[in-house]
Amino acid sequence: MSDSPSIDISTAEKMSRLANLKMSSEQLKEMSFTLTKVVQLFHSLSQVNTEGIEPLVTPVDIRLVLRSDLAKTNFSAEEMLSNAPEKTGNLFTVPPVV
Amino acid sequence: MQIHELSAQELSQKIQSKEVSAAEVAKHFLERAQNLNFKLNAFISFNEEVLKEAEKIDLQIARGNKIGPLAGVPLGVKDMFCTQGIRTTAGSRILENFVPPYDSTVVRKLKEAGAIVLGKLNQDEFAMGSSGETSYFGVCKNPWDLSKTPGGSSGGSAAAQAAGLAALCLGTDTGGSIRQPASFCGVYGIKPTYGRVSRYGIVSYASSLDQAGPVTRTVSDAALALEVISGKDALDMTSSDQSVPEFHKNLNPSLHGKRIAVLKEYENSDGLTPDIVNAYEKAIEFLRGEGATVEQISCPHAIHGVSVYYLVATSEASSNLSRYDGVKYGHRAQFENISSTSLKDFYSSTRGEGFGPEVKRRIMLGTYCLASGYYEAYYKKASQVRRIIRDEFLVALQGFDALVSPVTSTTAFDIGKKISDPVKMYMNDIFTVCTNLAGLPGASVPVGKDRAGLPIGIQVQSLPFCEQSVLDVSYALELAFKNSVGAPHV
Amino acid sequence: MYRGYEAVIGLEVHAQLKTNSKIFSSDPTNFEASDNQNTSPVSVGMPGALPVLNEQAVKLAVITGLALGCSIRTKSVFSRKNYFYPDLPKGYQISQYDEPICEHGHLEIQTETGPKTVRILRAHLEEDAGKSTHHGDFTLINYNRSGIPLLEIVSEPDLRTPAEAADYARTLRQVLQYVESCDGNLEEGSLRCDCNVSVRKAGESKLGTRVEIKNINSFRFIEKAIEYEIERQIDEIEAGRKIIQETRLYDPDKNRTFTMRTKEDAEDYRYFPDPDLLPLVITSSYIHEIRKALPTLPQDRCKVYIQHLGLSDYDAKVLTETRDLADYFEKTAQISQRPKEAANWIMNELLRELKNSSQKLSEIKISPSQLAELIELVEKGVISGKIAKAVFGECWSSGKNPHDIVNAQGLGLISDESALEAVIDRVLSSNEKSVNEYKAGKTKLLGFFVGAIMKETKGQASPEVVNKILSKKLNG
Repeated sequence: MSDSPSIDISTAEKMSRLANLKMSSEQLKEMSFTLTKVVQLFHSLSQVNTEGIEPLVTPVDIRLVLRSDLAKTNFSAEEMLSNAPEKTGNLFTVPPVV
Repeated sequence: MQIHELSAQELSQKIQSKEVSAAEVAKHFLERAQNLNFKLNAFISFNEEVLKEAEKIDLQIARGNKIGPLAGVPLGVKDMFCTQGIRTTAGSRILENFVPPYDSTVVRKLKEAGAIVLGKLNQDEFAMGSSGETSYFGVCKNPWDLSKTPGGSSGGSAAAQAAGLAALCLGTDTGGSIRQPASFCGVYGIKPTYGRVSRYGIVSYASSLDQAGPVTRTVSDAALALEVISGKDALDMTSSDQSVPEFHKNLNPSLHGKRIAVLKEYENSDGLTPDIVNAYEKAIEFLRGEGATVEQISCPHAIHGVSVYYLVATSEASSNLSRYDGVKYGHRAQFENISSTSLKDFYSSTRGEGFGPEVKRRIMLGTYCLASGYYEAYYKKASQVRRIIRDEFLVALQGFDALVSPVTSTTAFDIGKKISDPVKMYMNDIFTVCTNLAGLPGASVPVGKDRAGLPIGIQVQSLPFCEQSVLDVSYALELAFKNSVGAPHV
Repeated sequence: MYRGYEAVIGLEVHAQLKTNSKIFSSDPTNFEASDNQNTSPVSVGMPGALPVLNEQAVKLAVITGLALGCSIRTKSVFSRKNYFYPDLPKGYQISQYDEPICEHGHLEIQTETGPKTVRILRAHLEEDAGKSTHHGDFTLINYNRSGIPLLEIVSEPDLRTPAEAADYARTLRQVLQYVESCDGNLEEGSLRCDCNVSVRKAGESKLGTRVEIKNINSFRFIEKAIEYEIERQIDEIEAGRKIIQETRLYDPDKNRTFTMRTKEDAEDYRYFPDPDLLPLVITSSYIHEIRKALPTLPQDRCKVYIQHLGLSDYDAKVLTETRDLADYFEKTAQISQRPKEAANWIMNELLRELKNSSQKLSEIKISPSQLAELIELVEKGVISGKIAKAVFGECWSSGKNPHDIVNAQGLGLISDESALEAVIDRVLSSNEKSVNEYKAGKTKLLGFFVGAIMKETKGQASPEVVNKILSKKLNG
């Protein structure tokens, strides 16, 4: 983190592209402004000494239980496609990707 | 006493003893909820099968079949929980018409215990908000004062419970989303230990922080509901196989000899209103008076809780919400000609239309935190500080039965007051986020009201899997302060 | 060496692990399922669906890792690789990133210049994506493959020629099939290969810019695609152009590679540990148990066959081609105690019949103990080699024991001297002229007499006894 972090418009634009969120230039400007305020709020974190500290993901010790390799069909293809915005037979339809 | 003023257990007992039928109860709640919903906007959807399902319960009782402890209890379910055959929106346009072909494990377990889904409750979009205002389906109102927010994100759950629109409600809590609205609406709400309750079928916001829990009229109802929904689930690897105590049967309000901790870093916090300080001090005084010892502990890094929370939660959320892409279900942007639509356009228009501004903001922030060049300074740094915070809490709480603190700095605030300023809104979570970061169980118990007549809650937390301690201390506070809160008149 | 350049090649092989259910859900994995039949909320990425790790996928990864000489991490981590594509239902792929389950292995391959050890950087578990089919105006998505368990095996850039790369892939498949972690079926996509290729001037130590050729599903195409790519890269450099770091695809019809995407539009995958899964902790006793049960690998068997059983390099290689065949050979050799004969029978008769009948080894009727019995009958002089072939044929088609076949058809050799003497007398008396010539010194006629006697006895005469009597009669 730099001394005064900011998310400029071009960074915001890059993030919107990565996240696939269409935004107008007005929205990007607003996003850059509020996100900069937000990351500045979080800036104090950079002062915490975290050397040698392992990141924590799951906060509680949970015993690892793996699944037995048993195949089971619990849903029909029709159920899995019941919410599809567009389908062809039992396949999901999307714009041409090539 | 009216039906909707009873606790869930009292109600189920009356149904099981045939004093009243489940169908009558369902009808009463459905009518009441539908009539009051235009005022409160607590429900997004109602279960069209609710009366039929109630009749089935009556039939089972008539036949003398074995029946669950929540038989006939009308259940309000936050719209984060997938409900088979009932649309599940997560408060978002992108899931406006999504009807899951499966139940979340929590809902399945409650149904097996006899509860009947009454409807789906309003919430902040994808549980991202502390006021209920980010919902695509409009803001839910606080039944104590319709100009105030019910809190969030489980605003609909707390509002419906407070107004007697459902006998039992479900919420989810990622950074305070059960406790803060419970506090704002004067009801009880508990977030269990991370891993205590299965997350299967609950729309994910931040996977390492999310937990489901009950929002109830009484501590005893919460103890019973928690017992029902807890336990290892083969469909959720992060659910724990720790044995589930009989929370309800074990409930014990005795404070004698209990060791209660208060946190130094939460004292004199900025913006804490005098009424809340007052209520908090009264609660502490009560605990001491009943034979508990109260000692101050310190977790120096707790002050970084909000920063760590927002960095971790938005990072996980940015990935969790990638599945909403218009391909398999949910909203899809309309195009004149799909064959000439680029994939990029397809995705970004669909997601641009489907998500509201706060969700977009958090996806953007999370994308940034994980992006190459920022990962180390943001996501990784936050996860490291998270460990420091978690360890500090685990060490400091050793030997204590509970940690008691305020839930929020203020009571319910005006609708529209903070929504335009995310920083202000985020700081609202200062007392609740560390609980999730550390995976601890935590609850909000109503203990009084401010000078405007708005409810005040006190937060009770404990070590992982010590929900019984949280419930016991909560129960003692409830017995002492219940009458000073009461219920709103809607 | 290519026009003074050296090629540097590394392979990333995606092996589908042989499980009944997917890596994170109980959906079946059968290839022939109808459209989206093998799906569930998990594999379609529905809200609230969570991954639960399949223990068999872990076990197969450990088995494969050990077979490849890898060290197995006692704690490995699943991460999310974030990118959008319609065949990727969650918007991220669950994979392993900086803490993979297997690391630092090696695989020995046979090259023109002798054996070569290829280092393996890592092998990690991940889920497969769905399948897209393109129809011009739209694309259709089937999620049956979504969540199929894969082990991605990444080699170090130790390969230098297209042939080596193909050999490496073949040998790797052989190992996977030996340990039964992957069926190695290329047509069904059980094995897919990405090739990283760069070139540098001979003697240069710095690596050139790397190009990735994605998703090759045949060993021949691996060779041809790399061949093409090496030439293309040298052409570029020779023409004074720079190699662009990019991902290319191979078109087998045109035998060329073409750009799929360049580094500029390469994604930022934003890997981070998947909070829905716990770190995968494996105990050393679990690893030890698996190591103990590991079958002997082809390379090791080959060495034993050559050094201890006296087989030729070629025979040893053929016999270790598949685990089934090597097992069959070893059993036959062990029962008969005659490895060379066992090898000969299998190399000649058995493999030929197998090929002609297009059966699998597991389906044939003749068992190793029957083949051993047949070998024994020959060695003990009960039947001749020629008859043995007939007995083998009978045994192959009926599955009857060679002993029983010999007895039932009276195929045993005639060693009874008085019976043979009568035959020999008959043959000699009807060939008086030849007998006289023999006696006059034309001793090479002995073979003629033996042949005639064998013909008379339908090959059942004991050659030993025939020789004895003949020499007595002719020389005595």
